[in-house]
Amino acid sequence: MSGTGMHGTSNILRRELTGYFATPVAYVFLVIFLVMTGIFTFYLGSFYERGFADLEPFFRFHPWLYLFLVPAISMRLWAEERRSGTIELLFTLPLTTVDAVLGKFLAAWLFIGLALVLTTPMWITVNYLGSPDNGAILAGYIGSWLMAGGFLAIGSCMSALTRNQVVAFILGVVVSFLFLLSGLPMVMNLFNGWAPQVLLDGIAGLSFFRHFADISKGVIDLRDLVYFALVIGFWLFANVLILEIKKAE
Amino acid sequence: MIETKSLCKRYGSFTAVDDLSFTIEAGQVLGFLGPNGAGKTTTMRMLTGFLTPTSGNALINGIDVAENSVAVRKQIGYLPEGAPSYGEMTVQQFLAFVARARLIKSREVAGSVAKAVEKLNLSTVLQQPIETLSKGFKRRVGLAQAIIHDPQILILDEPTDGLDPNQKHEVRHLIQDMAHDKIIVISTHILEEVEAVCNRVMIISDGKLLADDSPHGLIARSRYHNTVSMIVAGAEKVASALSELPEVARAELRDGELTLFPAGEGGLFEAVTAAISEHQWEVSALRLEAGRLDEVFRSITCAEATS
Repeated sequence: MSGTGMHGTSNILRRELTGYFATPVAYVFLVIFLVMTGIFTFYLGSFYERGFADLEPFFRFHPWLYLFLVPAISMRLWAEERRSGTIELLFTLPLTTVDAVLGKFLAAWLFIGLALVLTTPMWITVNYLGSPDNGAILAGYIGSWLMAGGFLAIGSCMSALTRNQVVAFILGVVVSFLFLLSGLPMVMNLFNGWAPQVLLDGIAGLSFFRHFADISKGVIDLRDLVYFALVIGFWLFANVLILEIKKAE
Repeated sequence: MIETKSLCKRYGSFTAVDDLSFTIEAGQVLGFLGPNGAGKTTTMRMLTGFLTPTSGNALINGIDVAENSVAVRKQIGYLPEGAPSYGEMTVQQFLAFVARARLIKSREVAGSVAKAVEKLNLSTVLQQPIETLSKGFKRRVGLAQAIIHDPQILILDEPTDGLDPNQKHEVRHLIQDMAHDKIIVISTHILEEVEAVCNRVMIISDGKLLADDSPHGLIARSRYHNTVSMIVAGAEKVASALSELPEVARAELRDGELTLFPAGEGGLFEAVTAAISEHQWEVSALRLEAGRLDEVFRSITCAEATS
């Protein structure tokens, strides 16, 4: 799978980012993301009423926000290439499937990173109102971005399965939802009582919630970082395999 | 050099390409002819590494496409069917993207783009998003990306589809200009295009190679090869008179046009003109036919379909 490496990846990345900002998609996404984080933080999260100077109510809802917004970004990654036929152009250029998958993933991940950076007024507000633990807030941002990468890798892989963006979106939401919930009681109750403890731990350990919760409290544990890296790596690898197998269909 | 050995592509029980073996040398402009669904596009996709053959091999300059696809792709310029491109990008952005992907050095990208833009007359639309362009411009953008790295091998799937007659003429001119030291493979269903630019023709149908010849050779297979056609007053009488000549095998009268088929090698035209001046027939049109490619195409591909 060796190819043109960095050059191919960075060229794809650059093209994708140009593509985002050539259409209204990027601006619509950024506005919706900022409005939604605002609503979640101030209304559902009771940011003022709690009386604490931290961003816990801001980060708490990120998994739910990503559940719908990240598949909205990832659905077009490959489905659109299939629909418009550009996949044939892309895969007859001298670059590998790995280059293309990484380039597209990194572009979308950077874009979501930009959306997160644009929420810094929230951070400024909380610093104005009190004296929060800025280290914990930074950890929260890193955790949130890593989790977004997990959602994105799932969504990218799902997008490679179809030429229909709506199908890609729905598949992305459903698979992400399963990953998100795997540690919650409603899923664990299905296994409780009959499954061995090892399996229970394994399923609970897959949950985005658990790993994100640790980081968003300000504790960056190496295991959580490895977890997100593995999730991203696994789904991107599956993405490459799917493209290799059914490139032309 | 392009070489295929028993190239096959099957989808379940359907065979799209069936045991194709051929060799294409530098300097050849090969026209791929065939009815829709004959396997032209599938073959091109296997040559460019987009599809992996079910069995058999495709070798580009000695490198197996399936084994080292990326190395092969570096040497090829390819216009896929329908000339796909990223609609939201401007022509300039798109061509620069392809140039970089084609491993052209950063400082030479702008120059390569400018050259391709000039060759295909795209300078007026350089800053427009591709999705806003007409079909003809989109096709030319597709051609520009295919030649941007001056490849040794050009594979063009229906390069003139959607172009107006003037643009078709320009594109054929462009192909002829590039032809002398390259390998160019074009697929088309426009027969006049084959006569205009190709020096070799392959007709495929149902994935099988049915004919591999020069355009002249193919035309010579026509039943109209070396026939004489004329429009003449009192055609029926003339027909029966000419049928008596030893050079005439048969006379056919259709839509007011009289066609005479030769009995042997040559001499028919001279015999007919001699008879005309002798009998003082009122002839308003007279021509010697080289042959009709559309008729050859039909007889080769339909014979296969009915057998």
